[in-house]
Amino acid sequence: MFDVAVIGGGVIGATILRELTKYRLNVCLLEKEADVAMGQSRANSGIVHAGFDAPVGSLKATFNVLGNAMMEDYARELGVKFKRNGSLVVAFSEEELKTLKELKARGELNGVKKLRIISKEELFEIEPSVSKNAVGALLAPTGGIVCPYKLTVAAVGNAMDNGATLLTEFEVVKINKGENAFTITAKDGKSITAKIMINCAGIYSEEIAKAAGDNSFTVGGRKGEYILLDRECGDFVKHTLFFTPTEKGKGILVSPTVDGNIILGPTAEQVSDKNVETSVDGLKDVQEKAAKMCDKVPFGGTITSFAGTRAYCNIHDFIIEESKTVEGLINCAGIESPGLTSAPAIAKFVVEDLVSKFFEMVDNLDFDGQRKPDDFFNNLSVEEKNNIIKENPAYGKIICRCERITEGEIVRAIKTNPPATNVDAIKRRTRSGMGRCQGGFCQPQVVEIIARELNIPIEQVTKSGKGSYLLRGKTK
Amino acid sequence: MKNYDVIVIGGGPAGLAAAIRAYDLGAEVLIIEREEITGGILNQCIHNGFGLARFKESLSGPEYAARFIDEVCKRDISVMTNTTVLSLSADKKVTAINQTDGIFTLQAKAIILAMGCRERSKGALNIAGTRPAGLYSAGSAQKYVNIKGYLPGKEVVILGSGDIGLIMARRMTLEGAKVHAVCEIMPYSSGLKRNIVQCLDDFGIPLYLNHTVLKIEGNDRVTGVVIAQVDKDKKPIPGTEKHFDCDTVLFSVGLIPENELTKEAGIELCGATKGALVYQNRETTIDGIFACGNVLHVHDLVDFVSEEAEIAGAAAAKYALSGSKERSVVNTFAGDNVSYVLPQKIDKNIEGNVKLFFRVKKALEKCTVKVICGEQVLLEKKKRVVRPGEMENVILPESLVSELGGDISVVLEGKEI
Repeated sequence: MFDVAVIGGGVIGATILRELTKYRLNVCLLEKEADVAMGQSRANSGIVHAGFDAPVGSLKATFNVLGNAMMEDYARELGVKFKRNGSLVVAFSEEELKTLKELKARGELNGVKKLRIISKEELFEIEPSVSKNAVGALLAPTGGIVCPYKLTVAAVGNAMDNGATLLTEFEVVKINKGENAFTITAKDGKSITAKIMINCAGIYSEEIAKAAGDNSFTVGGRKGEYILLDRECGDFVKHTLFFTPTEKGKGILVSPTVDGNIILGPTAEQVSDKNVETSVDGLKDVQEKAAKMCDKVPFGGTITSFAGTRAYCNIHDFIIEESKTVEGLINCAGIESPGLTSAPAIAKFVVEDLVSKFFEMVDNLDFDGQRKPDDFFNNLSVEEKNNIIKENPAYGKIICRCERITEGEIVRAIKTNPPATNVDAIKRRTRSGMGRCQGGFCQPQVVEIIARELNIPIEQVTKSGKGSYLLRGKTK
Repeated sequence: MKNYDVIVIGGGPAGLAAAIRAYDLGAEVLIIEREEITGGILNQCIHNGFGLARFKESLSGPEYAARFIDEVCKRDISVMTNTTVLSLSADKKVTAINQTDGIFTLQAKAIILAMGCRERSKGALNIAGTRPAGLYSAGSAQKYVNIKGYLPGKEVVILGSGDIGLIMARRMTLEGAKVHAVCEIMPYSSGLKRNIVQCLDDFGIPLYLNHTVLKIEGNDRVTGVVIAQVDKDKKPIPGTEKHFDCDTVLFSVGLIPENELTKEAGIELCGATKGALVYQNRETTIDGIFACGNVLHVHDLVDFVSEEAEIAGAAAAKYALSGSKERSVVNTFAGDNVSYVLPQKIDKNIEGNVKLFFRVKKALEKCTVKVICGEQVLLEKKKRVVRPGEMENVILPESLVSELGGDISVVLEGKEI
């Protein structure tokens, strides 16, 4: 029996899982997909928000500011790139300038430091690509960027290195509350038991709560579409650029990613199902708004477009509490933006303030919070690389030519916690296939490496788990 | 650091032909190839039709490549396979990586860029819908089928009518797959006429011109696509949608010269070809660095790649052994109905005829190619029919080259088909 079962391998579940391994608890993570970071933590802007957006006194505001302050150390420990590139909220009218003042005041009440309203002259100087229609901006130097799925993968991997169990393709369909434990059953009939349960199921968190007997909240999906530009365009903007929020919403952002691409988006469309389709109108909308924010957006450098569903909650704030109706169930639901930023702070709170009520919290003295970066090879000197190649020649063989990823790195991704077992999982860890050819050249080789390392027939290798098979058998 | 007279980056058809020519003119030559064997993309092109111009025979891709590989083997040309070039500097230092030597740097007197091209990915198209498994570039599918021996799917729709897409329509059909449609957004195919006849018509595969994919369906694996006709502005026309159930979509939507190393070295590129700006000897804007084949501009026939590579190989050997001479330069421009002209620069001090390669913007018949300099028509040549999918050329004789008084343009007059 597990002490704690965390349901949902997004950034919230991942950071909570890791936090739990700091104590002598037997913990597991249940994930319905074949890999972690498959929901909103995959298709996400990757922004570490400064914290001026959320209403004063809300959980969002509190955790945002705390999480922002923690993120730099947190990412460093896990070997994940983080950059404090600063955010700019750009105003295009006198009225919007007024809103910036309100935002600044709100931010200061939330505890955001160094906020400053800058003139258009200063704006154009620090961001020459911003449209000349801009009249000023709010500069938040504490805003940053991080890769949401890399943070999630690293947190789960580190938790596993510290003793946590990961069960993938474990789609929870039934939860029975016994006297001292929950029996949690997956779609394929497998089940586990756990003393307490933490619901971090993102857009599915309402279903999980209901399965456990808690009907206290509803969670819906909101679809966001993105366009990603090649690293060639990476210096197009340095800061994360936001429109001034209006009654119609926040609009899209134009931002560098921590890996050096430019991301445009997201749109915001209420959806009834968990639909992650891009649409002609949605992508056009992203392009039009980006073109309003910046002059000469290098759309020619588009390498892909994608959509993700984000949770939103009827309460419009995070729900982070023990269920009022089901003892032993902790809900982390409605974690919409700024959930990524807040994750390290939420994890700390959940474990130290909520889980601690159920267990005697004994420190795990073997806990090691450091994780070797997935891209460690890239950061070495030529001499260090050559020493590794001598020891393991697979590091001398480039598989992904666009991103220059070696066979050694791909094999390592398969063998490192959490193990990558499909093509997309390899891509999220190594960036193999993420470049301008989008896997055109390297996919056949990656498929072969996966089959070899997992010792499975090549036809069983998938793009992203069950059903997403890549090949239909041998040729004649 | 090891030195070579000429380092050829890429061991495909361009690199092989260039290396042979450079060696025969006395240079010490190294070919660096990232794959296990040389031959490049020809190795997976098992269909025939290669070499009709050069050898007057219809060879398969591997057979065509073998003719050059055999010639390389007869000579003392060094070949490093499984080796990827990581960087190239303007002073001709090449840094590469492989399993036995790790990361190392070599110095060359002259460099020949022969890295080829890559397929434009589906991601660049902003197609609506999901991103399931079963979406392949035509070239990846070709590699799976012809090299790896696996069939990517059984119910296929092909987007784009580039040559590889057309070839794969036939190849997948022969392997037992059902190809439902080839869908092309332009009013014409960008592939060779003979491929449309032999790969589509002969197999009853419909080609939908002026059509685009509206949406891709399926969550785990592709389950269908919706295509629709487009108007003159390439906007879908409501009411013309067609749905196909399929498990695979192949993309054959263009080739892009792979010029990351070229850019890194600081070589100037041409916006129209996406390759380096070159003189008629295929020398780039950096002295002693040459480019040929699909890295320079996308060819439709490998025979022309070989021809071009020999020009670059000869010039590279000459540069490595005797250095450069003073230039006297005029530029070439694409005039009416022409999308690009190559070479973009002519050095009047280089001896010999200059073959001007060009592509047309639309299909024309009963046309006249004119090379003009200001108001003066230097040359006129009749062509029965020209198509965007087929590269054209016109030869500027040496006598005219040395007398050029200024920049020249290639223009095309004719009747639209």
